Amino acid sequence: MLNLLLRKLHMGRLTEQGINSQIAQIPSALPASFRQSLQIRHLACGSCNACDWEMTALGNSLYDHQHFGIDFVASPRHADLLMCTGPGATQLVNAAHETYEAMANPKWVMAVGDCAINGGVFKGAYASSGGMDRVLPVDFKVPGCPPSPDDLIKALLGIMGK
Amino acid sequence: MLSLREYLQSYQGIEIIIWENKEGIVELSSSDLPEVLSYCLEIKPRPIWLTHVVNDERQLGRGFCLYLVLHFPGKDFSLTLVAKGIKEEFPTLALIFPALNWSEREAQDLFGLHAVGHPDPRSLVLHPGWPQGFHPLRKDYKAGDERKAFDRAPLVFPEMHGDGIFQVPVGPIHAGIIEPGHFRFYAIGEPVLHLEAQLFYTHKGIEKLVEGRSIEDGLRIIERVCGVCALSHGLAYCEAVEKLANVEVSRPVLLWRTILAELERAYNHIGDIGNMCAGVGFALGNANGSQSKEKLQRLNLEFFGHRFLRGVVVPGGMKLIPGSKDSQAMLNRLIKLSDDFEAWIPLLLEHDGFRQRAVTTGVLKPENAIDLGVTGPAARASGIANDWRELHAYLLYPELKVTSIIEQDGDAWSRLMVRVKETRESFRFLNTLLREAMQGPEFNYDKPVSIALGKVRPFSPTWGCVESPRGTDVIWLMLDEQGKIYRCRVRSASYANWPAVPLTLPGNIVPDFPLINKSFELCYSCCDR
Ligand code: SF4
Repeated sequence: MLNLLLRKLHMGRLTEQGINSQIAQIPSALPASFRQSLQIRHLACGSCNACDWEMTALGNSLYDHQHFGIDFVASPRHADLLMCTGPGATQLVNAAHETYEAMANPKWVMAVGDCAINGGVFKGAYASSGGMDRVLPVDFKVPGCPPSPDDLIKALLGIMGK
Repeated sequence: MLSLREYLQSYQGIEIIIWENKEGIVELSSSDLPEVLSYCLEIKPRPIWLTHVVNDERQLGRGFCLYLVLHFPGKDFSLTLVAKGIKEEFPTLALIFPALNWSEREAQDLFGLHAVGHPDPRSLVLHPGWPQGFHPLRKDYKAGDERKAFDRAPLVFPEMHGDGIFQVPVGPIHAGIIEPGHFRFYAIGEPVLHLEAQLFYTHKGIEKLVEGRSIEDGLRIIERVCGVCALSHGLAYCEAVEKLANVEVSRPVLLWRTILAELERAYNHIGDIGNMCAGVGFALGNANGSQSKEKLQRLNLEFFGHRFLRGVVVPGGMKLIPGSKDSQAMLNRLIKLSDDFEAWIPLLLEHDGFRQRAVTTGVLKPENAIDLGVTGPAARASGIANDWRELHAYLLYPELKVTSIIEQDGDAWSRLMVRVKETRESFRFLNTLLREAMQGPEFNYDKPVSIALGKVRPFSPTWGCVESPRGTDVIWLMLDEQGKIYRCRVRSASYANWPAVPLTLPGNIVPDFPLINKSFELCYSCCDR
C-alpha cells in the first residue's frame, strides 16, 4: 500500500490537459443534451485492429476519455454513437445492421480510419464493402491509417462542441 | 533411423529439388504426403510447422500445388514438401498432424479442393451464405460481386444433449473495444464442457487482393493484415522478397530491424500484461500497462514516424535509420521505461486476488500445444521452447544468444510470466543493440538505406519468418516473371494458436473466459485475413 502511495506521488497526474483548447470551436451538430456526455459503441467491421487499439488507447491515463464525459458502453442499446472501424467485411454486414438497429434514436455513426472511410488499402477485396458508408449511414469521418488517439479525441470533442 | 535426406532419396517418387545447408525443397505425390509427414514427425527434436499453402498453378501446367513447410529445430533446417499436380483432392494430413486442420479446411473453401478423410470438413473461412462454387483463390476467379449475394445462413455447431447442458452464445459483436468473433459455450452447471469458436468474420480476401500487385504495394497491404504485429508481418515479407532477389542487407539494417522487432515485442507484451488485468477487472494493472504501452508507442512515433512501426522496413533495407544522437535519446527513454516497468510489475505480481484468478486457469497441456502447432508465449508457457529467435539464425539474434523463456504450468499465470520475463529480455537486448547503434555509422535520416532489388526468381516458393509478440509469423511468397505477387500466404501466430484456445476452457467457468482469452491475446484480423 505504501509503495502504491509513493508511486502515485512520484508520478503525479498523467492525464494531459488542454487537448480541447487545441481544436477549432465548431458549433456541434448534436442536440444540447449530448454535448456533455457521449456514449459510444465500438463496431469492428473488418479492421486490421490498429484503429481499434488507438480507440482503446483513449482509455489510458494519458488521454482518459472519461474526464471528457465520453464513455464506451457494452450494449448498442445504451449508445449514442457507433464508432466503426474496417471497410465493412462482408461476413459482418448483417451483424453491423443489427447493431445499428439496436441503437435508440437519435444516433450517429462515425467511420474511423481510411479503410472505414473508403476501403483504404482493402479497396477491391472480394469480401469487403469498400467503406462503412456502403453499410451504414455515416455521419462523421476520421481519416488516418490509423488515426492517432489525438485525432480521435479531437474528433470526438469536435462533434460534441467541447 | 536414416538421415532425413537418405530417407527422402530412397523414397520412390520423391525428387529433391534443392538441398542446401539450411533449406530443402522436395517434390512428391500428394498420396505420399501422409507417410512422409509421419516419418518427419518422428524425428527428434520434433519438427514444427511453419506454413501450409495451396496454390493454383494450373496456368503453369502444375495443377494445384500444396506446399508444407516444416522446420527442424536444433539443425535449423527447413524442409518444403511440394505436392504438385493436384486435381480435385488431396489426402488429409490433419489426422496425423492436427495443426493442419484449419489450413486444409481453408483450402477446401478457397480453392474448392477436397481434403479426403478430413475429420471436420465444415467450411471455415467462408461462412455459409456465399454463392455455390465460390472459390476465390482460384486463379480464374476475378474479384467480382459475389459479396452482394452473400446471404447469411445458419452456422453449423455440434449438438450436445444431456441433463442440464445449456449453450451460451456470445458475439460476434462484443462489449468493449475488441474484434469480432462468435463464441458458443456449452456449459453444464457452472463449468464449461466445450467451447466452439467461430471466427473469420473479418475475412476480407487479402491474399487474393495482393495477387498481381507490385512488391511495394504488397508490403503496404501486408503491414495492414494486423495492427499488433504490423512490423513482424512486414519484416517477414521483406525477408521473403530479399531471398527471392538474392539480396543480403547490411549490418546496420540488420541491427535496426532487430531493434524494431524488440520494440514491437516490448510495447505489445506490456500492453498485453495490462490487458490481462483488464480481463479480471483489475484496474491498477490495466492502468499501468496501458500508460507504459502508450509511452512506448509514442517513442515509436517520435523516432520512426509510426505508432505501430509501419512503413519503416522496406524490401532491401530500411526507409530511415536514426542517428547516434537519436539512439542515445531512445536508450535513455527506454531505461526510464524499463525502470518504470520494474516499479509497477510487482504491484501486479504480488496481488493475491489477481494471482488467484490466473493460477490454474485455462491450462494448455503441452501435448495439445504440440499437436496443434501452437507458437509464441502460449506454447512457451506450456514448456515448449520454440522461440523462433532461438531456433533460427536471423537478424542479430544469434549474437544476442536468445534462449526461449519457458514456464511449465500452461495456465494464464504462466502466459503472463513468460511475457514479463520476455519484456525484461527485450529491454536488455535493446540496451545492447542501441549501444551498438550509438557507435555509428551515421546515415542521412531523410534517405532510405536500401539496396535496389534486381531480378527476382519467378515462380519460386519462399518464406520469411519472424518471431512476433504473439509467436512466429510466416509469410509465404511466390512472385511471377514480372516481379508481381503470384501468391502470398499469411500464416500469423494467431492463426496457429486460435484452435488451442477452446481446449483450455473445459472445467473453467464462463466468467474466466475473458482472462483466458486475454492471456492468449490473439488477433482476429491476421487470423481471418
Ligand atoms: S484504417 Fe488502416 S489502421 Fe485503421 S483498420 Fe484500416 S488498415 Fe487498419
